[in-house]
Amino acid sequence: MNVKRLTAGLMAAGAAVFGVTVGAFAQGRVGQPTAGGLWLQEAASEQAQKIGDFNELLMWIITVITIFVFALMFYTMWRFREKANPVPSKVSHNTFIEVVWTVVPIIILVVIGAISLPLLYWQDVVPETDMAINVTGNQWNWTYSYPDYGDIELTANVVQNSAFENANERQAVEAELSNFLGWPAKLNARLLDTDYRLVLPVNTKIKVQLTASDVLHAWTVPAFGVKLDAVPGRLNETWFEAREVGTYYGQCSELCGKDHAYMPIAVEVVSKQDFARWVERQGGTTASLLSPTLGR
Amino acid sequence: MAHANPTGWKRWVFSTNHKDIGVMYLWFAFIAGMIGFGMSGIIRMELMNPGVNFIPDLFGMTEQQARHMFNVLTTGHGLIMVFFMVMPALIGGFGNYFVPLMIGAPDMAFPRMNNISFWLMPPAFILLLLSTFVEGPVGQNGFGGGWTAYAPLSTTGHPGPSMDLAIFSLHVAGASSIMGAINYITTIFNMRAPGMTIHKMPLFSWSILITAFLLVLSLPVLAGAITMLLTDRNFGTTFFDPAGGGDPILFQHLFWFFGHPEVYIMILPAFGIVSHIVSTFSKKPIFGYLGMAYAMAAIGFIGFVVWAHHMYTVGLDVDTKAYFVAATMVIAVPTGVKIFSWIATMWGGSLRFTVPMLYAIAFILLFTLGGVTGVVLSNAGADVALHDTYYVVAHFHYVLSLGAVFAIFAGLYYWMGKMSGKEYPNFLANVQFWITFIGVNLIFFPQHFLGLQGMPRRYVDYPDAFAQWNWVSSIGYLVTLVGVLLFIVVMGITLSRKKTLGNNQWGEGANTLEWTLSSPPPFHQFNELPEIK
Repeated sequence: MNVKRLTAGLMAAGAAVFGVTVGAFAQGRVGQPTAGGLWLQEAASEQAQKIGDFNELLMWIITVITIFVFALMFYTMWRFREKANPVPSKVSHNTFIEVVWTVVPIIILVVIGAISLPLLYWQDVVPETDMAINVTGNQWNWTYSYPDYGDIELTANVVQNSAFENANERQAVEAELSNFLGWPAKLNARLLDTDYRLVLPVNTKIKVQLTASDVLHAWTVPAFGVKLDAVPGRLNETWFEAREVGTYYGQCSELCGKDHAYMPIAVEVVSKQDFARWVERQGGTTASLLSPTLGR
Repeated sequence: MAHANPTGWKRWVFSTNHKDIGVMYLWFAFIAGMIGFGMSGIIRMELMNPGVNFIPDLFGMTEQQARHMFNVLTTGHGLIMVFFMVMPALIGGFGNYFVPLMIGAPDMAFPRMNNISFWLMPPAFILLLLSTFVEGPVGQNGFGGGWTAYAPLSTTGHPGPSMDLAIFSLHVAGASSIMGAINYITTIFNMRAPGMTIHKMPLFSWSILITAFLLVLSLPVLAGAITMLLTDRNFGTTFFDPAGGGDPILFQHLFWFFGHPEVYIMILPAFGIVSHIVSTFSKKPIFGYLGMAYAMAAIGFIGFVVWAHHMYTVGLDVDTKAYFVAATMVIAVPTGVKIFSWIATMWGGSLRFTVPMLYAIAFILLFTLGGVTGVVLSNAGADVALHDTYYVVAHFHYVLSLGAVFAIFAGLYYWMGKMSGKEYPNFLANVQFWITFIGVNLIFFPQHFLGLQGMPRRYVDYPDAFAQWNWVSSIGYLVTLVGVLLFIVVMGITLSRKKTLGNNQWGEGANTLEWTLSSPPPFHQFNELPEIK
């Protein structure tokens, strides 16, 4: 560890202590992590919203339990310290209290379960969707195809770190990406941006059909509340519906080898019109786009 | 007394003495723990700042090599801490030393098997260390597929012999543990002193008995699973290869059928140790003894029927997930019984805050913290956001690193005097506790935030937004490093002192049988069995 890095570290420490409290509650950019963030990423789909609400409820419950246990412990430690209580009691049984601390947790868990299980079934059972995408995890990139729109297929690789250091390279990557999308696009974050993006229409129920070509991977977009393993020889399904136009990021979430950290997921959510334009630009079949529900 | 006490190298290498074998296990765990802790240091230093800098500088390698090296280190850290540090310390170390003493037995039931149980551990450890020096993936050394070794990354993903060595290592370590477990079960069932019924047996012996059952029932499944990996890799079987009709998910089911009981294998002995310490320094018998014992039995039993909560995102059927949610949440009930019973033991007591007691109290508090995040994770609905993120890393380090490891520290301070006859330096030991306590919390608490924000596990580099909390976490490691170095100093000072302690260093509250013996206990104890009233 050299001195320069240590100094940088110490400065970051100051920034952390100062910025953490301020930055944590400031509104982050949708679709990606916030510096110093303390909580889930902002929800951009109903799933993420419901997961967030449920997680918040759980956090309240466990916080109250933790504070209760800590307070009880600290009070006990103070009240029954040797000086304050030199003669220990000999009590080692109390059936009533033992029943209470067995039954009360059961009640709390039943309440949690009653909220948890309906959410699980709602998330997990794929409803009637408007369109499907096929996603394949490879070492170390993602291949996307659009079975409803002809033979559009794209492979998204991570944008190399050098593009974030070298302005020319960055421009070239952005130009290629803009050309692919058909509208201007900027890179946002190191290790989150990919050379091409998965393009999807807003307010559309999308079924994700997921598999892998080599080892396990996991397709994740926190803002959509979606995470599912890509398994060779299996076709896994999940779904989501993005509520707003924007760029959303995720990262491979199942260890897949050397470049596990270098196969992010970037999703460009656009209006239905823009999506139709993009499909045409890619030479896909847009006939199904004419139907009111977009696709099936 | 039939024979003279052996001396020199023969005393240790040929040892059939449960106390000597226990001490060897503790030293082994200490050495392995230092290596595992060193690996976590390299991991944390790499993650201190964005970019891949530390590992390339340290090992003089390219960034591409460093990315794989990072995975080798996380894999090694996990396997070493689980199989070569926590298990040898809690089960092999404290279990061997104190179970016979506590139940009033002269030794273990199978002393020679006890010897081979221990002496299989060093070769197993050497095999694991060797695996990092031979080819794993093409052109790279070491196995980097995580301690879970999920197929196909552990089959086609690592064609080199590295994974085979890791598999042999686990086979040997597993055989060692199974023999140890058989020894404990036999000893505890058959060699209790007259009058010591199973319901009078100290809770640490209870915890080791239940742990031994978990080992005997779960380790063969692991052995089977990794043997299937071995044949998939080398002999053309396709248990986990869809191309031949196999399924990678099958491996995960088998692994976690072992893996989930394994986490209770690591924590149940810790429960036992903490019970004794809390009781001793409250000068009170343990509250709700039977509830405590059967809570551990319940945790052990339920531990076998919850494994797929590690697999919520693999694409399980929704009804299956619903079952595992419900079953997993049930564990919180016996665990709650334990937490509240410890506090109730302290309630009304006359509390002395010695260093082992501080560690035990910290264990109770931090285990609670790790436990409640477990309740969050048990909900498959919420787990979607948190699965495979740093939230999980924080959760299991709170229950293991701040739970099991704190119990090991607590046990060492509690029993150091009994094992050596020497007193630890009290002030330094207190300082050691507080530095370690602050350090580990600084490491792991911020990781909850990283996980909530979506930072995945096992990442060598991360988007810059995750930099702040990673930096704090790494600073926490440096604080912990001071605590660990101080621990070595404290133990060094202790061992260099003279034997001054009598039978019972802790006085009134310490009333299990080991405190009726000298410190250290005689080479052979209980030639006449103690009578328990």
